[in-house]
Amino acid sequence: MSNTRNIVAVAGAFAAALAASSVAHAQAAQEKCYGVSMAGENDCAAGPGTTCAGTSTVDYQGNAWTFVDAGTCMEIELPKMDDHARMGSLEPLDRDLPMDG
Amino acid sequence: MFDHSHPRLPAAPGVGYKARHYAQIMADPAPVRWLEIHAENYMGAGGRPLAQLRHLAERFPVSVHGVGLSIGGEGPLDPAHLDRLRQLCDWLQPASFSEHLAWSTHDSAFLNDLLPLPYTGETLARVCRHIDQLQEAVGRPMLLENPSSYLAFEESEMPETEFLREVARRTGCGLLLDVNNVFVSAVNLGLDPLAYVGDFPMAAVGEIHLGGHDEEEDEAGRPLLIDSHGREVADPVWALLEAVLALSGPRPLLIEWDNDVPDWPVLATQARRAEAALAPVQPS
Amino acid sequence: MTRVLQAGFRAALLDPALPPPEALGDGRGGPVGRRFDVYRNNVAASLTEAVLEGFPTVARLIGETNLRRIALPFVRAHPPRDPRMFRYGDAFPDFLAGFAPVAQMGYLPDAARLDLALRSSYHAADATPVAPDRLAALPQEALPLARLRFAPALRLLPSAWPLHDIWRKAHEAEAPAPRPQAQDVLISRPGYDPRPDPLSKPQGLMMRALLDGANVSEAHAASDGDEAPLTDLLGLLLARGAITDLEVPR
Repeated sequence: MSNTRNIVAVAGAFAAALAASSVAHAQAAQEKCYGVSMAGENDCAAGPGTTCAGTSTVDYQGNAWTFVDAGTCMEIELPKMDDHARMGSLEPLDRDLPMDG
Repeated sequence: MFDHSHPRLPAAPGVGYKARHYAQIMADPAPVRWLEIHAENYMGAGGRPLAQLRHLAERFPVSVHGVGLSIGGEGPLDPAHLDRLRQLCDWLQPASFSEHLAWSTHDSAFLNDLLPLPYTGETLARVCRHIDQLQEAVGRPMLLENPSSYLAFEESEMPETEFLREVARRTGCGLLLDVNNVFVSAVNLGLDPLAYVGDFPMAAVGEIHLGGHDEEEDEAGRPLLIDSHGREVADPVWALLEAVLALSGPRPLLIEWDNDVPDWPVLATQARRAEAALAPVQPS
Repeated sequence: MTRVLQAGFRAALLDPALPPPEALGDGRGGPVGRRFDVYRNNVAASLTEAVLEGFPTVARLIGETNLRRIALPFVRAHPPRDPRMFRYGDAFPDFLAGFAPVAQMGYLPDAARLDLALRSSYHAADATPVAPDRLAALPQEALPLARLRFAPALRLLPSAWPLHDIWRKAHEAEAPAPRPQAQDVLISRPGYDPRPDPLSKPQGLMMRALLDGANVSEAHAASDGDEAPLTDLLGLLLARGAITDLEVPR
């Protein structure tokens, strides 16, 4: 399926990639992370943990509320794309949402 | 992979480990001498959590504290989760392994809270069966922690202290006495916390927990304490600790602070107070 | 004596319209409602908090207050199936896709998928990148036939939206406005911190083929482009330490 020209092109591409990238650089980054940035780490990718504590933040109330905080949404205005209409921001609703708990 | 030079937790202050305190703990941990982690947060395949844990375990005795096995659950223990606990203990060789007298999973939904169970002959047999299974799986004795309670079951046939004593007797497990949980439960259910600790099988206690609680009220205006682990340990809980230590003697003492986690110096100050509480009962 | 079964306890925990199970009390014959609500609240609050922590990009895009409001019906309909909370939320992208108030934000489910992929990359197994001298020693004509092995932390996320631009804008106030072009996202983990990079559609196709076991030449053919995107893709994979091994047929 791959003709000779394709093979040559791909080989060239690989060689170019190899030359351009510094693999040693990536390894240095790993060392740095292990020793240094582990101390002042940014752990936000860790995700949620477990808990064995309770909370007095009251969060359990009923099913119905209004969804009106469009103001807290980021404005991400995107130009028109092929498959999608303009990507709007959150639609403010002042009616109760149907919830199926 | 680790040597066994930390076979036991020291009768000294420890803290629940939080990643944000990593640098301070590695630089100057005093007076903290050991760390506790939640088992379920270290059940990934790799990455920073396990790398950190490896570093910490080279320096500190570590206690693995499970919060998700659902020992009090009506259903069978999750074999996959049992296996993950076994793998973690095999790899880490922790100084201690503990879990809770509670349930959290029913019909495969995990509810991320420690839920209460009634104390009956039937639940006693079930909990003992599950603990036998768990100790068999991890190949070591475990510690079982007393819960904080917000309500009581009419069907209960025995007090919690009797239930725990019987579990320890039948399974050979040790107990983890959470002094804040004793205080919270006693206030919430109108019991005497001193009577509770007086009846507690202290010889089985391998570790003591201390944490902060919030104060609310129920609809009848009675105090309703919430085991929030979100603030300093309350003064009456320190007083209760004194009574406990007089009965138990020196024990590993953990400060738990899981919500609104403070900067390290605040936590270290709590640990210093724990160290001071231990001083009068330490052998000279 | 009425027994309280855990099925009933669980149902009432997740549905605030249900009364607490019977035969519970405060130990003194007092009311039990607010006491049961402590457990109900612990479940709702801890799981809601887990959604907030687990989906930081979604949180930035719609604001914490709105995310809390979406999370509550989500956690009740889809409680975790596993006590490892860092894995929670697989069902959230599809839940968002079916949630009417955010229907206008068509990219939100993909933003949630990106958060899930970053998290799963963070907890993936460690791996050592392939040694540079091993690559340098390979004869050039063998390279097109090489099959690459990738670090377990590598993730490819196809999207019909400018997903990488949206992710950047969500986390960096100064980032440029998202461009009107679909982007696939490649997540690699040099060291311990997952890092998303944008891929063009031809690069996304090549990457998919490589992950499915195609050799470099076959992967290139899968995208019918010139070699520039391939050079860039391979360079990116090497720079991020994402290639752990390669097999070359004799």
